[in-house]
Amino acid sequence: MATTTLAKAVNAALRAALEDDPKVVLMGEDIGRLGGVFRVTDGLQKDFGERRVKDTPLAESGIVGTAIGLALRGYRPVVEIQFDGFVFPAYDQIVTQLAKMRARSGGRIALPVVIRIPYGGGIGAVEHHSESPEALFAHVAGLRVVSPSNAADAYTMLRQAVAGDDPVIYLEPKRRYYDKGEVDPAASPHPLHSARVIRLGRDATVLAYGPTVRTALEAAAVAEEEGTSVEVVDLRSVSPVDFDTVEASVRRTGRLVVVHEAPVFFGTGAEIAAHVTERCFDRLEAPVLRVGGFHMPYPPARTEHAYLPDLDRILDAVERVLAY
Amino acid sequence: MVQLLTPHGERVHHPDYDIEPTPGELREMYRRMALTRRVDAEGVTLQRQGELGLWPSSLGQEAAQVGSGLALRADDHVFPSYRDHGVALARQVDPLHIFRLFRGVSHGGWDPAEKNFHLYTLVIGSQVLHATGYAMGVADDDADSAVVVYFGDGATSQGDVSEAFNFAAVYDAPVVFFCQNNQWAISQGVERQSKVPIHRRAAGFGLHGVRVDGNDVLACLAVTRAAVERARQGREATLVEAFTYRMGAHTTSDDPTRYRQSAELTQWARKDPIARLEKYLLNHGWADADFVAGVGEEGDRLAQHIRESVRTMPDPDLTEFFDLTYAGEHRQVTEEREWFKEYEASFVEGS
Repeated sequence: MATTTLAKAVNAALRAALEDDPKVVLMGEDIGRLGGVFRVTDGLQKDFGERRVKDTPLAESGIVGTAIGLALRGYRPVVEIQFDGFVFPAYDQIVTQLAKMRARSGGRIALPVVIRIPYGGGIGAVEHHSESPEALFAHVAGLRVVSPSNAADAYTMLRQAVAGDDPVIYLEPKRRYYDKGEVDPAASPHPLHSARVIRLGRDATVLAYGPTVRTALEAAAVAEEEGTSVEVVDLRSVSPVDFDTVEASVRRTGRLVVVHEAPVFFGTGAEIAAHVTERCFDRLEAPVLRVGGFHMPYPPARTEHAYLPDLDRILDAVERVLAY
Repeated sequence: MVQLLTPHGERVHHPDYDIEPTPGELREMYRRMALTRRVDAEGVTLQRQGELGLWPSSLGQEAAQVGSGLALRADDHVFPSYRDHGVALARQVDPLHIFRLFRGVSHGGWDPAEKNFHLYTLVIGSQVLHATGYAMGVADDDADSAVVVYFGDGATSQGDVSEAFNFAAVYDAPVVFFCQNNQWAISQGVERQSKVPIHRRAAGFGLHGVRVDGNDVLACLAVTRAAVERARQGREATLVEAFTYRMGAHTTSDDPTRYRQSAELTQWARKDPIARLEKYLLNHGWADADFVAGVGEEGDRLAQHIRESVRTMPDPDLTEFFDLTYAGEHRQVTEEREWFKEYEASFVEGS
């Protein structure tokens, strides 16, 4: 057991994966000599060599396309996309090739490729460096989409993603890279695609994942002071979604607020609201509300405090579901 | 342009690329090309009769496909596009796999490992990156296999293809880029795809570039064999431009009379790859009319087998496809599959 940052937990998971399986290779822009723009892969090329930790040409489609080829050869590539907004040159390879090849082959081919993407805003970045594209991947059959919210999950979920035989989009909440937590590599992990109730409450459920989990917990703490008991669920996996855990929580509280940074329009929250309405129609005391980004390109950094769902916006939604 | 057999069936020589196949090897090249043409014609016919949804014809490109395909060892890897029926036959892939795809009972569904012949790829140029990554893996394994990837002149406009050229060059990947320049990408001539001859693009990427007469099976075999050897030796990857012609439509859905002149077809028909090898074989007494007729009969038997098999291919049940999407369990897929099974069963029970 050690206290470490989320970024270092990812590094430790990659190191352990490289040590455990000689077929694991890392690929990405500046991940070797530099250790990545966030230093997440720091020291790995030095210790494992240039074949296993590949500094690639600056071409995202090329990275994912060649990762598919390496996977066909029996390797288990873990790809780093430098920033969320830079994944789109690779989107074609991810959607038309990576996601579909297993089905195309009649189930004969497995493509164990993990695509790590630092995502989300709140770091004062320039354009294309603060986006949350999870719904664009969750909509694609053949992909798995997960996002850890803390250091312990970052470690175990990445180990599980690399060990699995399906393509995984692994979204790293970049503004939480330096949040510290306890990581115990020996701990028995929760299943990769399970949601977790991380704070019990009676009056309403707030569901979040990735960077907004901490915000949701902070909101729950403030609500507690104001006399409202909020349950918090960390969804952890966007595809598949663990609706059993979500349903159980909503059945306890009767109210649900879904929080994510991505725009709410056609977002994860919409899918969750539809499922929860179907499963818990008889128990819901209020419509499912969504708190998230607006239907606009991610705004300039000086305005992102107003764009991102924060503690007040979550509390506002909690008040609104309680008002029904 | 490398040429070893003229359109008139005369043998010529090239200082860098020369091979002397035995008469038996020449007859085998002829046989594979003739079978390819017969299988392809059956594909067009079956589509016209409503048995296939679509068929992309390989007519005219038999030499490029069979010649290059025969240059490979069993442990070499082929990444085809979607018109490469001759490569499939050269690799002894069961042609029924391809017919399943175009009938619409699978998206391919063959085991690429069986003949080291990967799935057909319909998104133009995507497979060129897969082949390059595969070749990077071959190099990392310190193996001496080569990887050959097939694509057309249209694909050279795709960014993925340029990215693949670059990755192959900077990682010294043992790959051969085999571009069949058949002059047409649906309705657009190659002049819309590239300002310079395609093989000349190689230099800018640090690849070895060569143009070969794509209707000359000997030259295609020789050039591919040399390119594969370069790959095995770890020398720079090769871009082969096989200069050929798409004699048929783009696919059975296409109407080439809207965009090209019949005079062009007449001109290219004189360069036919099968006719020129037949002349060469007959002139030297390495084959006779009986041999030619025998290959024709073998083709008819194969076509008959394909026809009967295609017509009796059972339609699969949609239920099978739920489980092909993921290797592991996915809750939403499981829920949808179970719902669908119950829904289907409800009709049976209620009837």
